[in-house]
Amino acid sequence: MLCSILSGALPGEWITVFPSESERQKHSGPRPDVLLCCAVVLTASITLKGGERQLNIVIPIKQVPETSNVKMDEKTGTMVREGVESIINPLDLYAIEAGIQLKDRFGGTVTVISMGPPNAEKAIREAIAMGCDGGVLVSGREFAGSDTWATAYALSESIKKIGAFDLILCGERATDGDTGQVGPGIASFLDVSLATYVSRIVETDEKEIVVERLIEDGYETLAMRLPALVTVVKEISYPRLPTLRGKQKARKTAVPVWAAAEIGIDAAKLGLNGSPTRVVKIEMPKVTRGGKIVPAPDEESAVRAVDGLVDFLKSKDFI
Amino acid sequence: MTYAGVWTIAEARDGALRQVSFELLTRGRKLADKRNTTLSSVVLASGISDETVRELIKRGADRVYVVDDPALAHFTAETFSNVLVKLIDTYAPEIIIAAATTSGRTLMPHVSMRTHAGLTADCTDLDIEEGTGNLLQTRPAIGGNILATIKTPEFRPQMSTVRPRSTKPAPVDASRTGEIVRLPFDPALRDGRVRRIGFKANEGEEVDIQSADVVVSGGKGLKKAENFALIRELAEKLGGSIGASRDAVDRAWIGYPHQVGLSGKTVTPKLYVAAGISGAIQHLAGMKTAETIVAINSDPDAQIFRVADYGIVGDLFEVLPLLNERLSREVGSK
Repeated sequence: MLCSILSGALPGEWITVFPSESERQKHSGPRPDVLLCCAVVLTASITLKGGERQLNIVIPIKQVPETSNVKMDEKTGTMVREGVESIINPLDLYAIEAGIQLKDRFGGTVTVISMGPPNAEKAIREAIAMGCDGGVLVSGREFAGSDTWATAYALSESIKKIGAFDLILCGERATDGDTGQVGPGIASFLDVSLATYVSRIVETDEKEIVVERLIEDGYETLAMRLPALVTVVKEISYPRLPTLRGKQKARKTAVPVWAAAEIGIDAAKLGLNGSPTRVVKIEMPKVTRGGKIVPAPDEESAVRAVDGLVDFLKSKDFI
Repeated sequence: MTYAGVWTIAEARDGALRQVSFELLTRGRKLADKRNTTLSSVVLASGISDETVRELIKRGADRVYVVDDPALAHFTAETFSNVLVKLIDTYAPEIIIAAATTSGRTLMPHVSMRTHAGLTADCTDLDIEEGTGNLLQTRPAIGGNILATIKTPEFRPQMSTVRPRSTKPAPVDASRTGEIVRLPFDPALRDGRVRRIGFKANEGEEVDIQSADVVVSGGKGLKKAENFALIRELAEKLGGSIGASRDAVDRAWIGYPHQVGLSGKTVTPKLYVAAGISGAIQHLAGMKTAETIVAINSDPDAQIFRVADYGIVGDLFEVLPLLNERLSREVGSK
């Protein structure tokens, strides 16, 4: 179970609770005015070159536990699942929003795909409720325990089965496994152009997509031949909430479930058999540092506290 | 095939090596010594001199493989992956360590899929298992709630990325000798599907918060954008970069490149100062490995105090001006 979570694939225990609207609000950020502003910027910034075209977009998503509520069992080192909500990986929401905006602009389809337990179907339906056209769930015992290698392999084969695509959009990483390896891995298996940490889609035409990529010392602009895979960071979009109409559509949409046999892939390359990595130990890191905490309720005590801090910083050679 | 030797993937830009290249040597040297094997660095770059590359030898490498070509001036996943896969096929290293930078975290998964190797991201500790000689890789997961140790028993090479600044750079030993192996760039490995057509450098404020020694971060407690001036002033006095919580970035008080945390950047500075940041688990995940943490918050129950080495429970609008003033005097008296 732990192996699968850490390596970024199947959560081994199925999670049944779905996030409440208030939780989603929390994930989507607090400010509707920022939403407006970001939506306008993204829409205005994309220019269509050439003639009429459609974009077929695939978005791999992952269902993850709501990390701000994670509780650990100190004895076993495993996660306490009771009462923990499962949500779409928050970083995937940025990819979904960017995908829907591209579709709204150019036409085409947005298909989400997720590998996970049967319950991950809920994440797919939520993506459809946001505005995606459909989704596929890749699920079965043979996938359990897959690390990032086996997950990227399974998803890339599944995407081939979905059919021709122009663009794959991924969240930069999932908040549970936190590896960021599956997105680049899918690009590697499918042998399509890759850009990570993309903060803006500048323009696109039949052959190319131009993106801005956030790197250590600035933003670089890349022109990528299609088909391409792009992993996105938060800056790219402000995720919308599902609408009532979207939710109705999501309920009616059939979500096919594919096992390895349906996809026609080599089961020897899946699950633990196909995964090079093994989790051998889990530890709970010490969280509390037991540092010096100084109360400063009034000006006099604030002066003392600051004096103490300056001495502390001097003792550590920061001043 | 017999796999042997430890490799580090150096990072270069504009003909110079980045500091993380030397940090990787600290990790690599320890592993190579434990495995009783050689340590090599791989440099994929454009226009890099032997003199520059020799620093890797002085800091611990026994050998440096250099592939130097204009096609490698800037990182693109496809071409870099082609070159590295070919080097791996030719020389069969047992262990490869790369930096968990935007390029390392892109290149290594791309390569690991093609070589069917095990790759562990963002490791905080690397060691060799006694008896088996397997690489033991420790990394945080689930928002930093656990530390997992991972190994790759049956696949080679074993690959890891490690966070910049998570170790000190290996020291220079001018007497060390080693071999520089310059390999020709095979034009067939050049993949033109992704072209870099522009670059906009960070202007003004230092936002490369991942390589800063000191990061001063502000959060919701600052109340409005203008009050970030207090953070800027403190950062300037401490010679640090400016960070921010998600709340501050979502309110557009400061740009996303400054965001620390699960949906932003993970930083490991020597000193992290958090002002007006409550310390949600997502924020803690991005900074709690800092060497020293200072927190200023009005709420005594704020989670940030759990990870603080020195905390002040008070009004930041009172504390920060006092602190800035004290620091002005300290600097002035020197």
